[in-house]
Amino acid sequence: MSTLAELYQSVIVEHDRSPRNYRALAAPSHHAEGRNPLCGDEVSVELRVGAGGMIEEIAFQGHGCAISRASASMMTAALQGKSVGEARELFDRFHALVTGTAAEGDIGKLAVFRGVAEYPMRVKCATLAWHAMKTALDPGAQ
Amino acid sequence: MIAPAAQASSRLSRRAFDVDAVRREFPILSTLSRGQPLVYLDNAATSQKPEDVIAAISRYYRSENANIHRGVYQLSERATLAWEAARRRVAHFIGAGSSDEVVFVRGTTEAINLVASSFVRRQRAAADVVLVTEMEHHANIVPWQLAGAATRPIPITGAGQLDLDAAERMLAEGPRLLAVAHVSNAIGTINPVAELCQIARRYGVPVLVDGAQAAPHLAIDVQALDCDFYCFSGHKVFGPTGIGVLWARQEHLTSMPPYQGGGDMIDEVTFERTTFAPAPRRFEAGTPHIAGATGLDAALSWLEAQDRDAVARYEEHLRDYATEVLTEIPGVRLFGTGTERAPVQAFVLDGVHPHDLASLLDADGICVRAGHHCTQPLHRALGVSSTARASFALYNTTAEIDLLGEGLIRARKVLGR
Repeated sequence: MSTLAELYQSVIVEHDRSPRNYRALAAPSHHAEGRNPLCGDEVSVELRVGAGGMIEEIAFQGHGCAISRASASMMTAALQGKSVGEARELFDRFHALVTGTAAEGDIGKLAVFRGVAEYPMRVKCATLAWHAMKTALDPGAQ
Repeated sequence: MIAPAAQASSRLSRRAFDVDAVRREFPILSTLSRGQPLVYLDNAATSQKPEDVIAAISRYYRSENANIHRGVYQLSERATLAWEAARRRVAHFIGAGSSDEVVFVRGTTEAINLVASSFVRRQRAAADVVLVTEMEHHANIVPWQLAGAATRPIPITGAGQLDLDAAERMLAEGPRLLAVAHVSNAIGTINPVAELCQIARRYGVPVLVDGAQAAPHLAIDVQALDCDFYCFSGHKVFGPTGIGVLWARQEHLTSMPPYQGGGDMIDEVTFERTTFAPAPRRFEAGTPHIAGATGLDAALSWLEAQDRDAVARYEEHLRDYATEVLTEIPGVRLFGTGTERAPVQAFVLDGVHPHDLASLLDADGICVRAGHHCTQPLHRALGVSSTARASFALYNTTAEIDLLGEGLIRARKVLGR
């Protein structure tokens, strides 16, 4: 069995089946949508950022493959209560993890996405929600 | 898993058509993918190449390479002869009346862009409409839009077939052109192109047929179809990438302005004005893909040497066997279920996203396509954002289809909700 098949049997399948924070926010301060034109997958990410730059709430909606859904779900879980600066930093580290471009630091539960690096065609699936989150925080930056 | 009827027809096919012998001619089919024997079921995207084609391309570069229509030396003369021999081979392959009606292009996409540019845009009236179908590939939609025409789709029925009553109504409105796939790249439907051409003729509407998916499966006769333009790509019919064909009626080719300017397409050039070579050279600016044409010649020659009727029966058998195997798997939904179908099958597996499915199959060495297959409007009409697609060629086997079925069952166990 390949790394990817192992990947599918782990926590990713669980998040795909029962995604966390899959809802619309009542009063988001930031939001953005991500689309993968290759497969038609779509994700919408909403955040409520407090006065001190803390992410008080983050949620997502959309349709996509297991990798993109699980990645969106685990992203929302990881960013809840983090600062906007920490979110940007985690984006960079997650991106490095799934593209295999940097030695991984401590990235917690997100390390389950390490295997994606062996499947370059799936990197866009794993990073779809992350790019939407980044665009929501820094519109026009990407 | 095989029904008695399928077993019987399988024995028949084996007698008439030796798939193992054919497979031995394709070197890539004995390679491994992710450590397992390659199961290549993405033939609608591109086909694999037989030894004859690989050898022809290699031979061209090793001992025949020169530019065409340029030199008086023997090597250039031989390259020119090879290029023109390929043109005659193509004319024979599609039943053209003359090889002067065969224009070499990069592929189907360029052929359609050429017609969009030289036939539609450059000879355009206001508010032109190009009639297409709901199942068209983006390559048979976007070029018309870029040429300034509005695209209107002939709708499809539930089984993925064209609504011919709607087609007639829409043709009666006098569009500039009807542009239709001979065979759908996503759902395999073989469209009744001869019938459509007949209706179109009544209303004076010219017809372009996108034959990209037909060329590897059907015998093509452009004169019997009575179309105006026919195009296909070399790489989908066991030839190289980067070479394709536009066939057009002589009357169109002589009245159409050039597509691109450059060397080889001119009669006389001055700074005041330039006159152009006659068709087909008028549409072949610059040094073309000569090696590609020799490879295409070898591919068509290889295909024509097969017993085409036996191949057609074998491919129907593969198609029906795939339908049977997929239908038996709970949660599989097929798209394209009409009787007139090439061995191309789009499907979804309940609870498993097509991209995940394709990745899990890939881990078993099985190549299928996942996504919208460059047919977003079709997928919108089918009510799904993406599908998986298995598409077969004459070198595929029922054993490979069994592996596909087993892969689907494993994928559902891993991911099924």
